[in-house]
Amino acid sequence: MEPIEIAKGIYNVGAVDWNIRDFHGYSTHNGTTYNAFLIVDEKIVLIDTVKKPFFDQLIENISRIVDPRKIDYVISNHTEMDHSGGLPRVMHRIGEDKPIYCSKIGEKNLAKHFSQKWNYQAVENGGTLSLGRRTLQFLETRMLHWPDSMFTYLVEDKILFSSDGFGQHYAGPEKFDDQVGDAIMIHAKKYFANILLLYSANVLKLMETVNEFGLEFNMICPDHGIIWRKDPKKILDAYVEWSQQKSGQKVLVVYDTMWNSTEQMAEKIAEGVSREGVEVRPMNLRHCHRSDVMTEVMDARAVVIGSPTLNNNVFPTVSDFLTYMKGLKPKNKIGAVFGSYGWSGEAAGVIKSELEGMKFTMIDPGLKIQYVPDQEGNEACIEFGRKIGKAVKT
Amino acid sequence: MDRYVCNICGYVYDPIEGDADNDVVPGTAFDDLPDNWECPVCGASKDDFTKEE
Repeated sequence: MEPIEIAKGIYNVGAVDWNIRDFHGYSTHNGTTYNAFLIVDEKIVLIDTVKKPFFDQLIENISRIVDPRKIDYVISNHTEMDHSGGLPRVMHRIGEDKPIYCSKIGEKNLAKHFSQKWNYQAVENGGTLSLGRRTLQFLETRMLHWPDSMFTYLVEDKILFSSDGFGQHYAGPEKFDDQVGDAIMIHAKKYFANILLLYSANVLKLMETVNEFGLEFNMICPDHGIIWRKDPKKILDAYVEWSQQKSGQKVLVVYDTMWNSTEQMAEKIAEGVSREGVEVRPMNLRHCHRSDVMTEVMDARAVVIGSPTLNNNVFPTVSDFLTYMKGLKPKNKIGAVFGSYGWSGEAAGVIKSELEGMKFTMIDPGLKIQYVPDQEGNEACIEFGRKIGKAVKT
Repeated sequence: MDRYVCNICGYVYDPIEGDADNDVVPGTAFDDLPDNWECPVCGASKDDFTKEE
């Protein structure tokens, strides 16, 4: 990627990771970008770096604009290695004594990533740094999504450098929201569902703070994906909506299967839900990635989980998904369980107690069918689906 | 003595252990922590803690 001037004297000097498909267990079908920003004012500042293997791209981009040694300050909005991995080589190149501005916890966390005696300058929430003609202001955003996370706001230009907030794992020819259009929203939604959902309350609090201080944004620059310049309000509004965890009349049937019996049950359950006029989406965990399923969980009212019983337990892909979903803490969900079994049939019960632990409202003890569903079994599944459909409508 | 959980990051303050990062000696009850004490993991204030059930 060549550097892109996003506003006068402000450049995205980050890197594109076209081929990453697994981002710590999150499927990135379109790759991602590691955005880093260079502001050239009386002082020159670099905001964030890139993942370690992309250092060369970063430094080449910076070099096309200024001699990297002329960088006066580095801002670290977030310690995670996709943004800090390039820091040791950046510091080596620009001068180890250059100040690194970060949150108090950022200082602690960077020290635990890199054993370097760097010139850390921990900033206060709301603190400012003058670049000469322009001013940077720092906003602590703890647990959005790490304890160290902060945003940096360029006051005069009203540009927010929002670290992972408002990001999307998307690498494409488009660099701005107006170039990509609404197609980007599914990527932003997936990012929220898989990274930020559990911090929904913090997101809402942050939005209140933004309103309270009357902060306005001409542009929002996340560290992943496209930059919001045409309509930053669109992504802000979407974050409020997603944080409220409202769901539509939608049922998700998530399952895996051994000899197609649990799959057959899933299809009949989906049929029952449809008969109630409710949207339903069956997702087989052997074919659908956990992170794609999680994106659908976010706005589903009911999550119905099915598993065959394997060796007296839940099928491994289903356990994987339950662990993943539990950590992301979806709220206000109706739950139901089902599954085919041979002789003991523990899976449905295990899943049910897991969902109860996640505070799902369970609407049925669960539907278990021994071996292959017969006509009567199919009808029981359809009835089960109708019951779920009705619960979603009330 | 009760343990308290940080609502922000999930850190648990255990009075038996105290909080070495903030020079809080073992045996200090949550209520006896200074008002300006902060969560050693995420920096949340005392108000952001809930008694563990």
